[in-house]
Amino acid sequence: MAENHVSTTNACKMCTPMGASLAFRGVKGSMPFIHGSQGCATYMRRYIISHFREPADIASSSLGEKHAVFGGAPNLKKGILNVTEKYNPEMIGIASTCLTETIGDDLKMITTEFLSEFADLDLPHLVTVSTPSYSGTHLNGWKLAVRSMIEKFAGSSPALTADNTINIFPNFLSPADIRLLSGIFREYGLKTMILPNISDTLDSPSWEEYINIPEGGTSVNEIALAHRSGASIEFGYFHKGESAGSYLEENFSVKNYNLLPPVGMRATDALLSAIEEITGLERPQRFVNERGRLIDALVDGHKYINFKKALVYGDEDFVVSMVSFLCETGVKPVIAASGGKADLRKRIEAICEGFCPCPLVLEDSDFDTIEIAAADIKPDLMIGNSKGFKISKKLGIPLIRAGFPIHDRFGGQRIITTGYEGALSLLDLIVNTAITTLQEETRVGYGYM
Amino acid sequence: MTLSILKERKDQVVERINGNETVSCSRESLAGAVSQRACVFCGSRVVLYPIADALHLIHGPIGCAAYTWDIRGALSSGPELHRLSFSTDLRERDIIFGGEKKLEAALDELITRHNPKAAFVYSTCIVGIIGDDLGAVCRKMTELKKIPVIPVQSEGFKGSKREGYFAACKAMFTLVGTGKPENISPVSVNILGDFNLAGEIWIIRDYLKKMGVEVVANITGDGRVDDIRRCHGAALNLVQCSGATLDLAKMMKEKFNIPFLRVSYLGIEDMAESLYIVADHFSHIDKDIEEKTRQLVKTELEQIMPEIKKIREELNGKKAAIYVGGAFKAFSLVKAFRRIGMSVVLVGSQTGTDEDYRELAKITDPGTVIVDDSNPRELSDFIVKKGVDVFVGGVKERPIAYKLGVAFCDHNHERKIALEGFTGMLNFAREIHNSVTSPVWKFHPARLSRVEEKSSEVCCG
Repeated sequence: MAENHVSTTNACKMCTPMGASLAFRGVKGSMPFIHGSQGCATYMRRYIISHFREPADIASSSLGEKHAVFGGAPNLKKGILNVTEKYNPEMIGIASTCLTETIGDDLKMITTEFLSEFADLDLPHLVTVSTPSYSGTHLNGWKLAVRSMIEKFAGSSPALTADNTINIFPNFLSPADIRLLSGIFREYGLKTMILPNISDTLDSPSWEEYINIPEGGTSVNEIALAHRSGASIEFGYFHKGESAGSYLEENFSVKNYNLLPPVGMRATDALLSAIEEITGLERPQRFVNERGRLIDALVDGHKYINFKKALVYGDEDFVVSMVSFLCETGVKPVIAASGGKADLRKRIEAICEGFCPCPLVLEDSDFDTIEIAAADIKPDLMIGNSKGFKISKKLGIPLIRAGFPIHDRFGGQRIITTGYEGALSLLDLIVNTAITTLQEETRVGYGYM
Repeated sequence: MTLSILKERKDQVVERINGNETVSCSRESLAGAVSQRACVFCGSRVVLYPIADALHLIHGPIGCAAYTWDIRGALSSGPELHRLSFSTDLRERDIIFGGEKKLEAALDELITRHNPKAAFVYSTCIVGIIGDDLGAVCRKMTELKKIPVIPVQSEGFKGSKREGYFAACKAMFTLVGTGKPENISPVSVNILGDFNLAGEIWIIRDYLKKMGVEVVANITGDGRVDDIRRCHGAALNLVQCSGATLDLAKMMKEKFNIPFLRVSYLGIEDMAESLYIVADHFSHIDKDIEEKTRQLVKTELEQIMPEIKKIREELNGKKAAIYVGGAFKAFSLVKAFRRIGMSVVLVGSQTGTDEDYRELAKITDPGTVIVDDSNPRELSDFIVKKGVDVFVGGVKERPIAYKLGVAFCDHNHERKIALEGFTGMLNFAREIHNSVTSPVWKFHPARLSRVEEKSSEVCCG
């Protein structure tokens, strides 16, 4: 079994400002801005572009040596002005870095100062979030950015009468998943405020001419009305101070439903039940049919995959929701690993209850530890992002790619995992992976099944 | 040409008129300009990383290690320790109490586990601020673990990639001269500034072998610590690229009196010229070397030219844009494009020098836009206004091209296809041809609107 190493080898996580920059991408007319040295923004852009294959402009205050000594405020202000001039954004989402947190730059103070200094100009909204990369992972950065936007805007418009809009805090799902989720709510005839909504901004059509900031995303005006929505639904695990849904519940009595990301049967059931509880609406026939088709497929495929052992890794919410789905298929999750921390063991135990034994849970882990565990436990398949490819190759375990980042395959932004449809698509992949192995390893051929 | 260039960047962009233009450069990136540049750490990391039997430990929070894990896939013919990503993964308490203890423990554990020939310890932004004494920890661990443990002073904010190159050269230079330079031919070189992307250094080594030239050390593609330790025994240094390793060559010239030649392995002219100057350098020792080189070039050209000529017929008259990290590569690319019948209408780099840009102004055609430290907004404008058919750049430039309906060739350090050498020139031509001739552009809205504009120009006379 893995020793407890001091160092990290092949990280299974990214840094906090990365998540914040991505979340800021899901707001209409929004420009992410990293307050730190130039490299941070560039590295993240490169990482993001490789997955989404989309332009991913992230501005930087490009701090140099003298700013690190005397403070980064002047460059931050200059940067905001330049971004405003060139991109004409409606909002700039500013995330701090390890450098600027450590030298003591206070983003809130600097931006307040800035707004009063340039009060005569027509300036974009400025949202700030504290994301030192020595604290938490990209997923924490994502959640903190969402929370900061809600804190900043919700309630800033006068509270009209409550309406039946539902706030959705989807967390880090693919653009295709976000489209799929909004389709679910549309089917019920519901209005939604999805924050962030990266479905178009990080998966945009071809352009006819240059576009400053990709179209789409939820507007600041919509966010400003989040406090009068009928309810909030948020997916994933939130540390204290991270949940936008809780904030709205505590401050504006908008009931918050904290759910598992809707991957698989049970989690999708829970989502639909929550929607129905909130609205009193009946389940549309479409979902009854989709659910039926999923059950039908689970039955059709079960013999190929029952008792297959799976290694699941990635961000903490991805891991828990994927384990939940696998349990339902008969695939036995044997290792559930994440670079993040989210009370994983307790939650995974609860999810596996009644289905399978709790897998080995690795929290705050890295790919080196995962590899040692995998060599020992010998899973039949792996599910996770591209960065597990080396283990997959070395140990000869087929890898089903999902999550972020997908750097070594095409179409990462279009992978769906949510809803009955997403479950079905995942199931096809898993069953076909098992059949491919059988076809390769036996002489049977599997020509007719 | 009216373009959306921020006022403070105006003199970093020029349109070539008579070839005497200069471009303002070597400045800190402008805040909020969305520069394509990276940082000091990045510069050091890319230069040292291909040394395959060394441990590369990044001292800092996780991001810097996560985003550079095997990012460039530099190939090794042996050990592959460089393809792992090691980090001290600093947390809040390390920032408060200092990271030295954790660094020490990490080095101890990693050197024991992986048994490397040397260890490079990279400093990141935060380390510069919390004041960890990297040098002291490295000295201590050198003694304890009996291998060179070398600090790389690469705090991200202390400049751009170029300062990172220098820090890397300084780190490598501590190794040079510590090995025994025995049994080395008088006709011998070190290859500096090639990182063995897609196996490129093997192509170059093969040419040199055919010329009878011994290669002592690859610096750093497919590099080995022991080779670098004895590389002061080589007779000549060949320095490629925009100065990533030029500083090392200068240090070696000063201390060991080893001369260096600047070379480029990109494109037919520069590749051949590079081999000829090496032959010339050694002709007083090996009287056959020049003939061998001529033969080599002839054979290689015979193999690639028929196909290149065919490709040229299809690409003739098309327009190219180049935006790369270092300007030196751009010189070769301008020539390579001419070779396939294309003209370069935009050329720029992240970190070019004054000298580089003067040279670019000299070799480009009138009307070419030359730009330093550009950004997506400017590049997009240039592409559209100049009617570019193909863009050569890196992953960060790719979506700019594709969104605007322009073909693309990845010529950055992440490329998967060898573009050096004569074979590399053929690959390059094929790459350009492959993208430019795709039917997908027929559907692209930006291309369609371009066609409309053109036809309206024609009808309006």
